[in-house]
Amino acid sequence: MKAVVIIGAGPAGIRSAQTLMAHGVRPVLLDEAARGGGQIYRRQPENFKRSAVKLYGFEARKASGLHQTIDALRGQLDYRPETLVWNAEDGALDTLHEGRAARLEFSRVIVATGATDRILPVSGWTLPGVYSLGAAQIALKFQGCAIGERVALCGSGPLLYLVAYQYAKAGARVVAVLDSSPFSAQARALPGLLSQPATLAKGIYYRSWLTAHGIPVHQGATLKRVNGEQRVQSVEWSNAKGEHRLDCDAVAFAHGLRSETQLADLLGCEFAWNPLNRAWLPQRDHAGRSSVAEVYLAGDGAGIMGADAAEMAGERAALALLEDIGYLIPPQRPDSLERSLQRISEFRNGLERAFAFPEHWASETADEVVVCRCEEVLAGDIRKVVREGHWEINRVKAHCRIGMGRCQGRMCGAAAAEIIACESRRPVSEIGRLRAQAPIKPLPFGLEVEP
Amino acid sequence: MAVLKRLAEGDRPAVEFTLDGEPASGLLGDTLLTAVLTCSEHLRGSDFSAEPRAGFCLMGACQDCWVRLGDGRRVRACSTLLEAGQQISREPGRTL
Amino acid sequence: MIEVDAVIIGGGIVGASAALFLSKAGRRVALLERDFCGSHSSGVNYGGVRRQGRPLSQLPLSQRAHELWGQLPQLIGIDGEYQRSGHLKLARSLNDLHALQHYAVSSQGFGLDLQLLDRHELRARFPWVGDVTAGASFCPDDGHANPRLVSPAFAQTARRHGAQVHEQCAVTAVEHDGQRFRVSTQTGLELHAPWLLNCAGAWAGTLAAQFGEAVPMHAGHPAMLVTEPLPLVMNASTGVEGGGIYARQVARGNCVLGGGQGFALDDARARPGQHAVIEILRQAVELYPFLEGAQAIRTWSGTEGYLPDRQPVIGHSSTQPGLLHAFGFAGAGFQIGPAVGQALTEIICSGASKTPLDAFSITRFHSISVA
Repeated sequence: MKAVVIIGAGPAGIRSAQTLMAHGVRPVLLDEAARGGGQIYRRQPENFKRSAVKLYGFEARKASGLHQTIDALRGQLDYRPETLVWNAEDGALDTLHEGRAARLEFSRVIVATGATDRILPVSGWTLPGVYSLGAAQIALKFQGCAIGERVALCGSGPLLYLVAYQYAKAGARVVAVLDSSPFSAQARALPGLLSQPATLAKGIYYRSWLTAHGIPVHQGATLKRVNGEQRVQSVEWSNAKGEHRLDCDAVAFAHGLRSETQLADLLGCEFAWNPLNRAWLPQRDHAGRSSVAEVYLAGDGAGIMGADAAEMAGERAALALLEDIGYLIPPQRPDSLERSLQRISEFRNGLERAFAFPEHWASETADEVVVCRCEEVLAGDIRKVVREGHWEINRVKAHCRIGMGRCQGRMCGAAAAEIIACESRRPVSEIGRLRAQAPIKPLPFGLEVEP
Repeated sequence: MAVLKRLAEGDRPAVEFTLDGEPASGLLGDTLLTAVLTCSEHLRGSDFSAEPRAGFCLMGACQDCWVRLGDGRRVRACSTLLEAGQQISREPGRTL
Repeated sequence: MIEVDAVIIGGGIVGASAALFLSKAGRRVALLERDFCGSHSSGVNYGGVRRQGRPLSQLPLSQRAHELWGQLPQLIGIDGEYQRSGHLKLARSLNDLHALQHYAVSSQGFGLDLQLLDRHELRARFPWVGDVTAGASFCPDDGHANPRLVSPAFAQTARRHGAQVHEQCAVTAVEHDGQRFRVSTQTGLELHAPWLLNCAGAWAGTLAAQFGEAVPMHAGHPAMLVTEPLPLVMNASTGVEGGGIYARQVARGNCVLGGGQGFALDDARARPGQHAVIEILRQAVELYPFLEGAQAIRTWSGTEGYLPDRQPVIGHSSTQPGLLHAFGFAGAGFQIGPAVGQALTEIICSGASKTPLDAFSITRFHSISVA
C-alpha cells in the first residue's frame, strides 16, 4: 500500500505527524537530521546536558513540547531520520539513507522542508569565520560553540537580535550588532507588529537587554566587507555617520530566511511570485493544499511565517489531508487554526516592514564580490551576461554558472536574482524562477540501490 | 588556532581522530565540523581558487564543508558526528 | 509586416547556424524561437563533438562540421570550451570490439584516423578506464564543447551579422500564398519570405505535417548528470559501443555523463528520471572507477526528435517549393549542426548543397503511414 508521507521533522512536520496519528493514519516521516526538531528547535546531541531554557529561552516550552511529541511518536510512526529525499517523480520519492538509494511511493505527501538563511553576499563572505545567522545559532544550540572569540552579527530580521542575545547570554563576546534596517522602518512597522504583542515584546526585550549589557547595536548599519587573509580579521560597515571599521574574528549575517522549495517544484506544484517573501513560492490555499491533489505544503518551506505558524500549518495540512481521504475531522479546528495563521500573517507583514529588504544591495555590490561560493561566480560575471542581453535567470545560469554548483543556488539564488533584476532594469518578479533539478542535494556514485 | 570557541558542554569524553594524518582530539557529540574547527582554521579548499573554507550554513544546505574519511567516503562535516579513530582529510582545492 | 529572404523556425544550433551563414551571405533573415535560442536540445545536450560512430552517410557533413568547429572562435567569437580531446569508444565485449573494428574499416577514407586499442593498449594509454572494457576505438581529433555557451552564441553572432532574432516568439500560423510564406507569431509579428526553414527540432513534425509531409517522429529525453569538480583525470570524451553511458570531463573538473532516457513533463520540458540517473551512477563506477565516492550534483534532460532510422531529415520539402527541413537529429545534432546550417545556406544561395544530402530526404517516409 502506498504511504502517507511527511518530508521534514521540524515544527510543521512533527505536528502533521501527530495529527495524522491522532486520527489513526500512520505516516512515514522522512528527515535529513538524526534527531527531529528542525532548525529553530534544533536538538542537541543526546549526551549534551543543557536545559531547554538555556537553549531556547522564551521558546523552551514550545521546543520541549515538540521534542516530546516526536519522542512519543517515534515508536509508532514510520520515522526515518538521516534520510534525504533527493528526487520526486511519478507519485514516488527517491531517498538516500546511509549510502542506499530507495524509492517510496506515496498516496499523499506533506512537504515541510523548512528554510535557510537568505544571504546577500559581501566581499570576504567566503572567509573562514563568516557564517549565516542560522549557522551561528546552530553552533551554539547544537554544539555549545560560538563561531569565534569576537563576533559581529549583521544583516536584518528577527534572528539577528535573537542570536545576539543568545550569544551574549552564553558568554560569547558580541562586538557589535549591525542592523541594516533603519529605525524609521521599525517605527512604521509597529501597527502590524502589534498583532502579536508577545512576540513583539520579546524582540524589544532582546534589544534592550543587549543595550543594557553594553553591546553596541547600530541601526541603518550596512555591512560593507569582511577583511582577512586566511580568516576574518575585521569588518567594514557604514551608516549615515560614515564608514567604520571593527576588529573581530567572526561574522554572522543574513537578511531573513528563504524557503526550501525544490521538492515542491519536483513534485509539480505551481509557483507564484510572493512580494512579501520576494521569492517564487509553491502556491497553497489556507489549508495547505498545493496545486497538485496529493501534495500538501506546511511551514516555512512554502513561505516564511516562523515556527509557531509552522506548527499550526502542519496540523492544518494534516487535517486537510485527512478530510481529503475521507476522515472526519474536528469541525471547529480548521477555522481556529486558519484564524491564528491569519494573525501571524499580519504580524509577518509588519516584520517585513521592520526588517526592510535592502533594496540598494544589488546596485551597491561591487563586481568583484563572489556571489556563488560553489562556482566562484562574481557579481561582475552575472552583470556581463545580462549586458549580453540575457535576463531570464535560468539563461543567466546557463551562461555564467550562477547557481549551478553543489548547493544548487540555495546560497546565491536570491542574490543572483537581485543582481539580474537590477542590471536588466526589470522587477525581480519578472526575471523567472530558478528551476529545481534533482538531486536536490549531492548524490554519490557507488550508492547501493534497494531492489 | 581555532575558528569555533567552546562555550558550554565541555565535560564530555574526548574522542581521538586524525586530521590530515596528524593526531587530534574532539569531544563525544561533536560534529566533524566542530571537531576540526575547534583545533584548526578550515575544512576544505575551494574548487577554483584553493581558498580556505570553513563551512557556512551548518544545516546541510551550502555544501561547503565536505571532507573525506579514511574509508574513502565523503561526508558533510556539519551533519556527521565524530567517531573515535576517524581519519579526516581535507581536500586542498584547486586553482583554475 | 516584415519582409525577409528567409524565415527560420527554431533557434537551436541548426537554425541559428543557418541564420548566421545566410546573414554572412547577405541574405535578410528572421530567426524565430519559441523559447530562448539554444535553450532546448542544442543547449542541454551532452556536448559531444564527435564524428566517430555516426552512420557513414553522415560523415561527409560531419567532416565539414569538423572543419567549422576548428574555427569556432572566428565563427562565433568564443571558444565554447571546445577541445579536441579525442573520443574513445569503449567495447565491453570482444563482439563489440569487432563491431568497432568493422566500423574503422568501413569509415576509412572519411578522415577519422581511428586507432583501435586492445585491452592492453587501452589500459596503458587511458589508465582511468575500468577493467570491464575489452578494448576501444580512439578518434584523436573528436572532442567536446559546452553546448550551453556554443548554441546560443550562434544565434548571438547571427544577430551581429544582421539577422533578426526573435526570442519568446512562438509561431502561430504558416501559410504559402503561391509566391511566398506568410508566418504569424504569438507576439503579433507577420513575416513574409520566399524561403522557410523548418529547424524546429522535436517540434518540427507539426509544420512538416501541415505541408502534407507527416513523419513518424517521436520525442526522446536523454538523461544527463554532472559531478562536482574533480581532479582532472579523463583526457578523452567517451562512449560505449552498442549504447550505454557516455562521459567527458570539462576543464573545470566536472564530469558530464549521459545515458538512458528520461521523461517528458510536458510538450517542452523533460526530466532525466530516477531510473536513468541511478543507472548512470551504477555503470559509471564500472567504466570509470575513479568516480567512486564522487558526487553527482545536478541532472537534466531535454526534448529531442527521433525518426525510426535515427537519421535526420535535411533538405527540400517534396510538396512545397521554398520549404527546407532540417530536424530529427536523434541526439546527435550538436556536432553536425553548423554544417547543416551551411548546407541549407548553399541550397538557398547557390541552388544546391556542396555536400550530398540525398540520404536525409524526407521522401524516405512517404510510403510509411504515420500513426
